[in-house]
Amino acid sequence: MSSCFQTLSDYGLRSIGYGERLLPKSDITLCEQFVLIGSGMIWNIYFAVFALLLGFFFATFLALGKNSNLPLFSAPCRLFIFIFRGSPLFIQFFFAYDLFVLLPRLGFDIDLGFLVITVETRWLTKAWLGALIVLFFNTSAYAGEIFYGALRAVPSQDLESADAFGFTGIKKFRRIIWPTMLRLAWPSYTNEAIFMFHATTLVFFTGFPAWQQKGDAIYYASYFADKTFNPFVPYPIVGFYFILLTLLIIGLFSLINRRLNIHLPTNERKRLRFNKYNLIR
Amino acid sequence: MFSYCVDPKTLEGLIWLSCYVTTAKHMSFYLSFLVVMCLLSLAAPLAMAFGFAGATATRSSLSIIRSLGKAYLAMIRGIPDIVFFLFIPIALDQAFEYLRHKALCSDVTEPIRQGNDFVVCAAAKLPLNTASEWVHDIYGFSLALLAFGFVFGAFAGNVLSGAMAAVPKSQIETGEAYGFSQRQVFRRILIPQMWIYALPGLSNLWMILIKATPLLFLLGIEDIVYWAKELGGIKTGVYEYPHPDWRAWYFGVLMIFYLSLTYLSQSVLDKISARLNKGQATMAGKAG
Repeated sequence: MSSCFQTLSDYGLRSIGYGERLLPKSDITLCEQFVLIGSGMIWNIYFAVFALLLGFFFATFLALGKNSNLPLFSAPCRLFIFIFRGSPLFIQFFFAYDLFVLLPRLGFDIDLGFLVITVETRWLTKAWLGALIVLFFNTSAYAGEIFYGALRAVPSQDLESADAFGFTGIKKFRRIIWPTMLRLAWPSYTNEAIFMFHATTLVFFTGFPAWQQKGDAIYYASYFADKTFNPFVPYPIVGFYFILLTLLIIGLFSLINRRLNIHLPTNERKRLRFNKYNLIR
Repeated sequence: MFSYCVDPKTLEGLIWLSCYVTTAKHMSFYLSFLVVMCLLSLAAPLAMAFGFAGATATRSSLSIIRSLGKAYLAMIRGIPDIVFFLFIPIALDQAFEYLRHKALCSDVTEPIRQGNDFVVCAAAKLPLNTASEWVHDIYGFSLALLAFGFVFGAFAGNVLSGAMAAVPKSQIETGEAYGFSQRQVFRRILIPQMWIYALPGLSNLWMILIKATPLLFLLGIEDIVYWAKELGGIKTGVYEYPHPDWRAWYFGVLMIFYLSLTYLSQSVLDKISARLNKGQATMAGKAG
């Protein structure tokens, strides 16, 4: 047992570059598999959390744009959503990586007054930024379509009441349209969030290289499956971690769902239920 | 391909391009698009079969079959599909070889798992070492196909069980009142009526399936992704057709291929749904 604690301190943060440098090669123990694959989950969580957080706002923007009467706004938003929803994420990763590689190696200095940051284009070819951008665009497009559908479904009485009470512009959107849109979209959006976490497993199988073997959960799982030639241990471990994560997301999103429905009388409140026969994505 | 392509070094411009895109390797690239289509046309019915079996199992009267079916349908929501794509082909391969080893080489007493190795006798290998190249290809493709069938079967099972649950209870009760047996109710009432509820989900699933086909690459199949990487990479002067890194262009072509495929599918599915909705007692049907 104490050796497992040793493994935990050796490999617990291996995926972000701390601890033992060499991966276990022979006599691989169950503990090592559990720890290293768990360490890889850090990347999956990093990618999904940031893509979802940023994507949420961009998706709202895209939904409003697509709903706009002005073709100048709606056309680019439609095109963006079509491109990212219509092509496989797997190909998007390859395409983006090869595009980023082709970019001239430029460096920009951003002067923040007290600090100068050098932004270089070669960062784009690293997974932590390049893959994050692709995932961000991808989830924005999917969530944008979900929000757009919800926006179209906001009851017209709500809007009329808002007008009657003198709500206009930003205030009408912020207080009336947006909360209703979110409430309607929430079950589908939860689904999207779960799929986003699953989609992060593609990163290190596409163009983006795992630098110094710092990979995500499935990168280590396939490493172990190759080394031990036994798929029956590492892949179920990945499955176990992802089931835990999925339950966590559902729990978190249910709490937000409760908050979104708090104004409704208790018998009208809807529990977060998935529309089983219409998976979006 | 063309007669003027004998010496590509002397060619320029469009003529060079016309020779470049008709090399033998490019022909394999074009053929691999057919592999994708082939996978789609085989995986869809297979997934429907798996899904139908899964959805039916969740309605079984035997609790063990019911929970097996429910576990099958639920697992796809918790575990990324790519885990199954990596796991199933190698697991199936080892399972087949294990069984063949037990059956064909019963005289071998050494354990199959020796440390980090999986050792079966030569006669149990799948495909046999002596088999020709195309047998290996077909075998690899079949394993991939089974993985697709299994994963998308779980998705389809969710859709179908949702659709079965959406058929109005009164329809089923009417059937029972007319003395239909459980089996007859299932076959004559539930199944014919569920399709209209299943259609939106199944259309969506078809789109997801299209977008999952490049994962074939992960299974070691020489598919369009493989060829795009292969052909797009930097070709130095030793090659017949030297060019810089063109992978972005090749993947751009794949993007366009998939965009047109999904666009086309969407418009066909919209037409089907409009037709099926005609005369149905639903909002969409009444509007039309």
